[in-house]
Amino acid sequence: MTTPYQQQAPGAPLGTYTSPIPVRPASLGDALASEWTKIRSVRSTMWTLGVLILLVLGIGLLAAVAVNASDAHMGDTPLLSLGFYGVLLGSICVITLGVLTIASEYGTGMIRTTLTACPSRARILAAKSVVFFLLSFVIVTLCTGLVAMLQMGMVSSAEQPTGSQLFKATIGVSLYVSTLGLLSLAVGALIRHSAGAITVMIGVVLLPLVLALFMFAPSLEGVRQALFEYSIPSQLAVFYGSSVSDSGPTGWTPLLILGAVTAAALGGAFAALNSRDV
Amino acid sequence: MIELAGLTKRFGSKTAVDDLSFQVRPGVVTGFLGPNGAGKSTTMRMMLDLDNPTSGSVRIDGRHYRDLDEPLKYIGALLDAKSMHGGRSAYNNLLCLAQSNRIPERRVAEVLDTVGLTAVAKKKSKGFSLGMGQRLGIASALLGDPEILMFDEPVNGLDPEGIHWIRNLMKALAAEGRTIFVSSHLMSEMALTADHLIVIGQGRLLADTSMADFIRQNSRSFVRLRSPQWEHLLDVLARNGITVTQTADGALEVDNGRIERLGELAAQHQIVLHELSGQQASLEEAFMQMTAGSVEYHAHSDTGHGPPPAPAANWGESYRAKAQGPAGNVTAERSASDGEGV
Repeated sequence: MTTPYQQQAPGAPLGTYTSPIPVRPASLGDALASEWTKIRSVRSTMWTLGVLILLVLGIGLLAAVAVNASDAHMGDTPLLSLGFYGVLLGSICVITLGVLTIASEYGTGMIRTTLTACPSRARILAAKSVVFFLLSFVIVTLCTGLVAMLQMGMVSSAEQPTGSQLFKATIGVSLYVSTLGLLSLAVGALIRHSAGAITVMIGVVLLPLVLALFMFAPSLEGVRQALFEYSIPSQLAVFYGSSVSDSGPTGWTPLLILGAVTAAALGGAFAALNSRDV
Repeated sequence: MIELAGLTKRFGSKTAVDDLSFQVRPGVVTGFLGPNGAGKSTTMRMMLDLDNPTSGSVRIDGRHYRDLDEPLKYIGALLDAKSMHGGRSAYNNLLCLAQSNRIPERRVAEVLDTVGLTAVAKKKSKGFSLGMGQRLGIASALLGDPEILMFDEPVNGLDPEGIHWIRNLMKALAAEGRTIFVSSHLMSEMALTADHLIVIGQGRLLADTSMADFIRQNSRSFVRLRSPQWEHLLDVLARNGITVTQTADGALEVDNGRIERLGELAAQHQIVLHELSGQQASLEEAFMQMTAGSVEYHAHSDTGHGPPPAPAANWGESYRAKAQGPAGNVTAERSASDGEGV
């Protein structure tokens, strides 16, 4: 190569410029700070979380008011299961936020900038997952906790929940819903398209129940039962102590199942991010 | 210093980048030139580890991009103006980048000031014009005050003032000893900014040369004559051993001719001249000739860069010459064969 002609400032030896900002090994902490800035600085976060709060609090309180007004006796039904419908609808918001956390970066082209700034795909995925999970967990815990307190204060016709029931209906439900959001994040990373990934996740939540409704044939009874028991709404209901059948998963099993599925999906998302062109 | 060694990228059966090897040296502006679809952007994406090469490698100061600790402090890149989240303010878009590389927050305000976006720092970036988006991208490249800067088509969408600004910015950054790598499909733009030139076409390296050498080798100078007595003039020139080319519009061209001598000859023989002018073929022309065989997306017409038509066949076809592609292209090609001086 020939370069007789170089517009070099006199006295400046070649390649001496180094950034005056000291370089240290990048850490997960930096990525977490960055992702926190990202998630709090877009309006879709405010919208999805706002609607989530509205649904969980609003429907939870409406249910309590309705039970009180009708003077009906709740019998065996646990008091806190009144919160179930609000959380079920609210989980759609968590799914949306989970998908948007990563898929919106593909939609806007931001992902290229993100990966240029932080070439470690594992660190990006981990930081996004942690920030999203914690945000979702805190918000859902606050909402479900508040709803549980209000329901316990308002409804007198049912037995007060035990400590373990209260724990599962707040912390347990929040863990379950936030893990569902994490699964959405992984699906968003795999599909790279917000609307597509949200549709897939809503399908995952609703389809097993809808399918089960149409399985009339006696030979399909086993499948139908499994679809019922393992569908996400039924598993969520387990945390309220109001599961649809006696044979399905109980206790904390639903969280373990969803956790395993989510871990597998995140593993797939990492492998895809690592090998794919952006 | 960026080093590419045998870099190759295939998309299915299509080879976008074909065994590309070159170095980008510090302290100069290196222009990366090629027609649309030549593989410039793909090459730049591979340099930043966004695309995985099919084979070959890119090293930045001897390391892979993925092994850089806080890459924004080594390399700043402007890929395209739309690499930001439109729903986020310009300030927050830069802030999240700064945080991921532990760059102090005051740098965000500094670079916004450098690119002139301070007034719209809190505005959502989706409302930005193409030029403003480009400035925001440049701000993100400058954020870590890096040693290497890569710009993919930086003048796209900028107004003349903005183009002037980015040219001077690149020169100033290079003068500080930084490595500047800038892509363009406009030779004229490169001629004004780049010191070194890398030309690719269909993914292959066509030239790796200094700008000065490129200009020396590729700019043809000739003298253009027009005369109502052109037949007489042709005779006179031929008798004096001067090779002449006729152009489609009836003018005569003498390659590397001395303008004084031609004027004196005409005066001696009392030939009326309507034009006697020195001309330089543009670098754009030289670039187009170099990449002619490797243009990816042709606009199909019956012109382009085919073999030059015989001079005699061109009379009366001046209208056709005007209808042809880039102005003045025909003449340059037709006279390419005669290199004799006066």
